[in-house]
Amino acid sequence: MLAKANKLLNGPQTIGRGPAFWTGFVIVVLAAAAYPSFTDGWTVGNTVYFFNWIFMALGLSLIWGYGGALSFGQTAFFGLAGYAYGILTLNYGSDYGFTILAVVIAVAISAVFAAVLGYFLFFGRISGVFLGIVTLSVTLVFERFMAQTAGPEWRIGDARLNGFNGMTGMPPLTIPWFGGDIVLFPDVQLYYVILALLVVVYLGLRILVNSRFGNVLVAIRENPERAEMLGYDVRKYQLIAFIIGSSLAGLSGVLYTSWGQYITPSSMGLTAAALPVVWVAVGGRSDLTATLVGTFAVLSVFQTLTIYGSQYALVVMGALLVVVVLFAPQGLIPGIAGLSRRLRGAR
Amino acid sequence: MTALLQTIDLNKRFGGLRVTNNVNFELDEGEVHCLIGPNGAGKSTLFRLFLGEHSPSSGRILYAGEDITHLKPFQRIRKGISVKFQVPGIFAALSVRQNLTIALQHHLEGASLDEEIARLLEFLRLTASADMQAASLSHGQKQWLEIGMAISLKPRLLLLDEPTAGMSPDETYETGEMVRALNADGVTVLAVEHDMAFVRQIAQRVTVLHFGQIFAQGTVAEITANDAVAEIYFGHVDHDD
Repeated sequence: MLAKANKLLNGPQTIGRGPAFWTGFVIVVLAAAAYPSFTDGWTVGNTVYFFNWIFMALGLSLIWGYGGALSFGQTAFFGLAGYAYGILTLNYGSDYGFTILAVVIAVAISAVFAAVLGYFLFFGRISGVFLGIVTLSVTLVFERFMAQTAGPEWRIGDARLNGFNGMTGMPPLTIPWFGGDIVLFPDVQLYYVILALLVVVYLGLRILVNSRFGNVLVAIRENPERAEMLGYDVRKYQLIAFIIGSSLAGLSGVLYTSWGQYITPSSMGLTAAALPVVWVAVGGRSDLTATLVGTFAVLSVFQTLTIYGSQYALVVMGALLVVVVLFAPQGLIPGIAGLSRRLRGAR
Repeated sequence: MTALLQTIDLNKRFGGLRVTNNVNFELDEGEVHCLIGPNGAGKSTLFRLFLGEHSPSSGRILYAGEDITHLKPFQRIRKGISVKFQVPGIFAALSVRQNLTIALQHHLEGASLDEEIARLLEFLRLTASADMQAASLSHGQKQWLEIGMAISLKPRLLLLDEPTAGMSPDETYETGEMVRALNADGVTVLAVEHDMAFVRQIAQRVTVLHFGQIFAQGTVAEITANDAVAEIYFGHVDHDD
């Protein structure tokens, strides 16, 4: 069992294998765990904000980088789950750990929606650029719909949808505990919970992409016709990857909403929809580690730019994408890895 | 002998064009059968009808006595049909070993998977290239890798679409020997082929297609001696032997 898990963690579909990689991995996790001791609460909370987005990026890496299906509308699932969390918790509060149940229900809602949408996409044999167009349209429809819900008649129970002003006031995550609930405000406690969740999701996805399922997924990316002619129902595999990846987008949405106690329709808008594609493309879409590291780096750089360069941040992000696509089409991290291999080979 | 693959009044039209015209074809279990014909004769279309990539305008396709006319391609594969495409259909960014793993993982895992991969690599003359990226193989090696993936499924019927396209004469001959070895192991083979030397090497029976219809059928000797076949191929009859 352990040997099998080890084999799957180190399979051919993930770069970074062997003792050197895992030593580095442990050091990074330990450093991340020690990080809050060396900085202030605001910075820790801000780091959690970055972590929140990574789930969506990893999900897109699975769908696009591994499965070859570019979804341009992962924010639809992000927003759907975020609003679902708001509606549930504004109506039922946060007692008895209900927020945790709300997370599960909200992610499940995004998974069900992904199953329905994905069924029509993949069983309708929509692929390539059309898949991107349809998924983008879906997220824009959601954005437009939510944007016109400003009136008081747009409410579900106690939850006002609130149009472009966004939905506010939902409680943060709470964990029921002896002697009183632990409320996870964007600070050290939430940091550890999200860090642990990130490690679990990352390792779980590593196992998934190196499993038999992952083998078929990359086969479909490489040559869908050949994959089908090896007896695989290509549509089914693409659909499952889409559901898992979109659930992770939903998870990001819930975590974002509970983190800031706030969600607006613009989280499903055109700019928002483009950003995950940029993170994943820049980092290196066809590898989980590259996606994770790349997304974190791009988010950090983007925020720094926003603080110091305000409106130029998006321009720089766009330029970064163009440069990466031109010079390292597989993404920065695989690009750097390839370059260092060539330099070592040249010596 | 019983027919392993059979078509009954099979038709395929693209608009006004009848590309497959009332084809009643029988492939016997255990034979190596070649499908030849001039360009545009409808060989590829017939092939795609067998695979389920095209659906017929009318008529039926039977496999081992079962009607498979409306089955999806992957469902036909699961029934024991396997295919090798004309352009090498491999997973280019993956290693040779991964390519074979993906084909074999239906029915093997762990040590027996590794053993079977080693055996196949030997058979395909690819042992030295096992961990290379499939994209970096030579054209002939790519063709062999795809044959390897096709036979990994342990098919009862192997469909080959111009398996030697782009190969050197030596590679073509080696491929012919592979096909004969597979046939000796009981695999029925249907190949679309242009190269008559290759057809002579492997085929027990030949079917000539012309304008979407079966034009002639027989052994290689019968077909090569058939003046009408030479006529459609070359536009004249050439009796220089």
